[in-house]
Amino acid sequence: MSYEKAQSKNVIWDWLTTVDHKKIGIMYLAGGAFFFALGGLEAILMRIQLMFPEFSFVQAQTFNELLTMHGTTMIFLAAMPLLFGFMNFIIPLQIGARDVAFPFLNALGFWLFLFGGLLLNVSWFVGGAPDAGWTAYVPLSSESPGHGLDYYVLGLQVGGLGTLIGGINFLVTIINMRAPGMSMMRMPLFTWSSFVASMLILFAFPALTIGLLLLMLERLFGGTFFAVDFGGNVIIWQHLFWIFGHPEVYILILPAFGIFSEILPTFAKKRLFGYSAMVFATLIIGFLGFMVWAHHMFTVGMGPVANAIFAVATMAIAVPTGIKIFNWLLTLWGGRIQFTTANLFALGFIPSFVMGGVTGVMLATSAANYQFHDTYFVVAHFHYVIIGGVVLGLFGGAFYWWPKMFGYRLNETLGKWFFWLFLTGFHLTFFVQHFLGLMGMQRRVASYLGGQGLESMNFISTMGAFLMTIAFILFLINIFVSTNNKENAADPWDGRTLEWTTPSPVPEYNFAQTPLVRDLDAYWYEKYEGDGKMKAAEPLGDIHMPNGTILPVLISLGLIIASFGFIYMVIPLIIAGLGVTFGSMFVRSIKEDHGYHIPVEEIKRDKEEG
Amino acid sequence: MKYIWRLLPISFILLMTGCGVENLSALDPQGPVAEMQYSLIQLSLYIMIFVMVIVFSIYIFVIYRFREKPGDTHIPKQVHGNRTLEIIWTTIPILLLLMLAIPNVMDTFTLADVGVTDEEAGEGEEIDHITIDVTAHQFWWEFDYPEYEITSGQEMYIPTDTRIIINLQSSDVIHSFWVPALAGKQDNVPGIENDMWFEAPEEGVYMGKCTELCGPSHWQMDFKVIAVDPDTFDTWATNMAEPPEQVTDPEGEVAVDGRGVFEQSCISCHAVGDEGGNTGPNLTNYGEREALAGYLDPTDENLEAWLRDTQEYKPGNEMPNFNHDAINDEEMEALIAYLNELKILED
Amino acid sequence: MAENEAMEQQQTLPPNPEKATLEGRNKYLGFWFFLGGETVLFGSLFGTYLGLRSGVLDGPGPADLFHLDLVFIMTMILLTSSLTSVFAVINMKRGNYKGLLIWMWATVALGVAFLVFEIYEFYEYYHQGLGFSTSAFASAFYTLVGTHGAHVLFGVLWITTLLIRYRKSGLTLTNAPKFYTAVLYWHFIDVVWVFIFTVVYLLGIGG
Repeated sequence: MSYEKAQSKNVIWDWLTTVDHKKIGIMYLAGGAFFFALGGLEAILMRIQLMFPEFSFVQAQTFNELLTMHGTTMIFLAAMPLLFGFMNFIIPLQIGARDVAFPFLNALGFWLFLFGGLLLNVSWFVGGAPDAGWTAYVPLSSESPGHGLDYYVLGLQVGGLGTLIGGINFLVTIINMRAPGMSMMRMPLFTWSSFVASMLILFAFPALTIGLLLLMLERLFGGTFFAVDFGGNVIIWQHLFWIFGHPEVYILILPAFGIFSEILPTFAKKRLFGYSAMVFATLIIGFLGFMVWAHHMFTVGMGPVANAIFAVATMAIAVPTGIKIFNWLLTLWGGRIQFTTANLFALGFIPSFVMGGVTGVMLATSAANYQFHDTYFVVAHFHYVIIGGVVLGLFGGAFYWWPKMFGYRLNETLGKWFFWLFLTGFHLTFFVQHFLGLMGMQRRVASYLGGQGLESMNFISTMGAFLMTIAFILFLINIFVSTNNKENAADPWDGRTLEWTTPSPVPEYNFAQTPLVRDLDAYWYEKYEGDGKMKAAEPLGDIHMPNGTILPVLISLGLIIASFGFIYMVIPLIIAGLGVTFGSMFVRSIKEDHGYHIPVEEIKRDKEEG
Repeated sequence: MKYIWRLLPISFILLMTGCGVENLSALDPQGPVAEMQYSLIQLSLYIMIFVMVIVFSIYIFVIYRFREKPGDTHIPKQVHGNRTLEIIWTTIPILLLLMLAIPNVMDTFTLADVGVTDEEAGEGEEIDHITIDVTAHQFWWEFDYPEYEITSGQEMYIPTDTRIIINLQSSDVIHSFWVPALAGKQDNVPGIENDMWFEAPEEGVYMGKCTELCGPSHWQMDFKVIAVDPDTFDTWATNMAEPPEQVTDPEGEVAVDGRGVFEQSCISCHAVGDEGGNTGPNLTNYGEREALAGYLDPTDENLEAWLRDTQEYKPGNEMPNFNHDAINDEEMEALIAYLNELKILED
Repeated sequence: MAENEAMEQQQTLPPNPEKATLEGRNKYLGFWFFLGGETVLFGSLFGTYLGLRSGVLDGPGPADLFHLDLVFIMTMILLTSSLTSVFAVINMKRGNYKGLLIWMWATVALGVAFLVFEIYEFYEYYHQGLGFSTSAFASAFYTLVGTHGAHVLFGVLWITTLLIRYRKSGLTLTNAPKFYTAVLYWHFIDVVWVFIFTVVYLLGIGG
């Protein structure tokens, strides 16, 4: 394809075929936001049902479907894709790269996620969503009637494949594509934490792949892995699920830690305190994340030895997490703290996450866990870490990087209203749930009886959820009313890292000349030690870009067709779907793609305009 | 100032103990197991509050002290880090965690040891104990007393001051056995037998719940643990094994009719005495039940409504609905009268 | 296209053509990561198998089914195919494209032979009463060994595609990394088989 041809594409076709990491990042954000709203709606319906004792707003069966889909959606289809959106957009910019290592696979990863997520949600319209909880414990899940769980298995399998591909892509990108001078120990913390999270994806997701494969074989092909009457064992599923599932929470939280580690130094106007300790702590958390999965299983009867070991290992994670908290506090110490919306989210995160962290240590106490386990105490705990950590990170990141991604700044006043309402609503919803759990309210209940002292706190909790909803609507409004805030979008916060050296919106090729990195916080160094501009590591010249392609869409589409075939056992559909997928892979394999070049005149013109 | 530091965690605990209904709340522990777990919760909470006080103090100080003042444009010193500080905030948390980890490991082993010999009381001295096999079903509980060869449904009678050794199993999906005021939970896992123990020093009705999602009626899968003095328990156990006459062979005319309906429609699943199936809860002492279907008030109206439409009250359970063709109004009245007479403790 | 390839062919290739370009290095590194993930994948299957292998119920168990002679032949075939793929890479590094093609074809042939034996093996077991749903052991066995077999099949198809696509192109900086990663993959499934041989068959007969 020539340069002219590459420029003259229809808009929709352009997005469908794009392999540009920035466009893919934006699509991840849009897709993730859609599923975030959906998961939020599911949460609100559940909170309304629990507003009063023995309320009959939704049926028990529907409630079980809602709680399953809320968890599954928020983890797999909202939090991860939203983080992937930032990682896709920001990592190449932060390391001074023109692209990711595998642009084609990157696009494939996105389409697999999107189609997997849509497939999962189709279940709502064809006889009921999955209803065995996001953990899908067997035999409840393997014996669940209807097709809900089949959609769960195949939807997550397709989406999980996309995540795995994305993880490998980030790993190779970060190792091989860094600009000259950008050594590993000069990488911004967001890139570092994304790197470790990608490692976790690589080693955790295959366990889920196998778990889902076994569950699919059990449900659709008469497998007997979990059938006790056939010599099967139901605990194997729990092990496989949590070997994946525990690292998963670090996959979510580490990039969020990374976002805070970008925001706090920027708005304290101070270098990150203890950079190498932070990197080290991230690595330790990632490593320990694989050693503690069985703390989700203290009550299944693993015996006191296993329980004690996993309890102590879990407590150990508090140490590197504590190191991070103190380093953030010391980053602020002696700084000049600006209370922008992005920074408010980072500052709101610290106490919220500490509260989630301390309940985590309490839960790790195995003997006491027998009381906490599967109650609202657990619900409170993981919402404190996931909302107080990941979601605040996502919103903080959105306000921070919005100008870079979309070329305009979000309104600060509306943003601050959003922050305060959301934070208040969040604590209102979940703080009381600690007590509800200890007072005898177990989790995943479709209702509860009156007269057990649970009424008022449940009511408060629901009010908090409404507040969070209102706040989120303010955020959506902000996106649309702020589009004119275009001035000073390239470097609005006096940024420290390489992404702020590019114009906003970022051109297709990111950097006209690959920058030369001379220190940690490369841009800051040039601003205060140099002439305020990055040194170039190469002369201005033609830039080679990969061609767009529709094949990722086709590969994903084929898998979805095949999935429907598996769910309803229609053999021709399976063959057709797999045919489309493997056929597209075959085309990709035999057709060599040499990409195209952006001529140097074009780049010069961009530079002059910018 | 020192006093406030000490008061803070205590006021927090006071706030907590005020919460919840007696005999349901884990914050109102009864008996050694729940008390052990409660004191561990308290210990962890104290340590964690200590941590939070430190972090929040630094946090508030930093935010206040280093906020940007109007017109301030200075560039702060770009500090790299401080090794001494890193060592301090690595070591202190480790020490704090050890304070929690050591008692936790000890308690974990104590709780796992369901044995009946009390080492503290002397070599090999046997503790008073009984064994109860708990089998969870969608969505009810079966309690078998192997030493007494009796079975009871939904309500577990136990003698006070006796070690109760619980063996847990499941007939279908995973459930979890939780009586917050007496002990933390353990799971009922199909194909695997788990055990646990607890003791109840006080007489009373303790509420129990299923804590593992097990289907649409998960939230209604409640049960009761009823602690009575050992003499009453013996009476109860004897009468469960050999029920009094009004239970198996009632006298009153209505009750006789009711027994007839029972034998026709119910007995294939529900046992009274040693007669009847066991796919549903044993009803020998139904007349003394604290709850109907595990969670409803055991009134006549509720009972009829339940029998007419069990799926409305506990969706997904295995009991069929009995409409007017199956049991007419007259028969229903007789059946309810009979069921209400199923009492074994009072004569 | 054809012109392009002819031009590339004339370039003198560096000593390690598979890692000479950034694309090649990315592919090489990415593939190693992929194999890391595959290790966890097979690890999970091995764990499942070990947890379920005593769940034979009334059906046939490992000791009734497994015959070492058949499995030994399969093992030898797969080990030999690894060797032939090593020869292929040696030829690639020497710039002998024809040698590369011949040895890769030999690898494919051995892979196909392995698959034939495996299909025969499953067929035998099925007729001895080991259906997929017979017992938890049966499900776990077929899933573990079958997943490995599916990997061999994919490898055969992949390498065959490469061999046909590049039958005339000569060695280029584009196809060198492709052949190299295919060989890496082939070694990996060979190593997995060694574990299957030990954990499933030897332990099944001996333990």
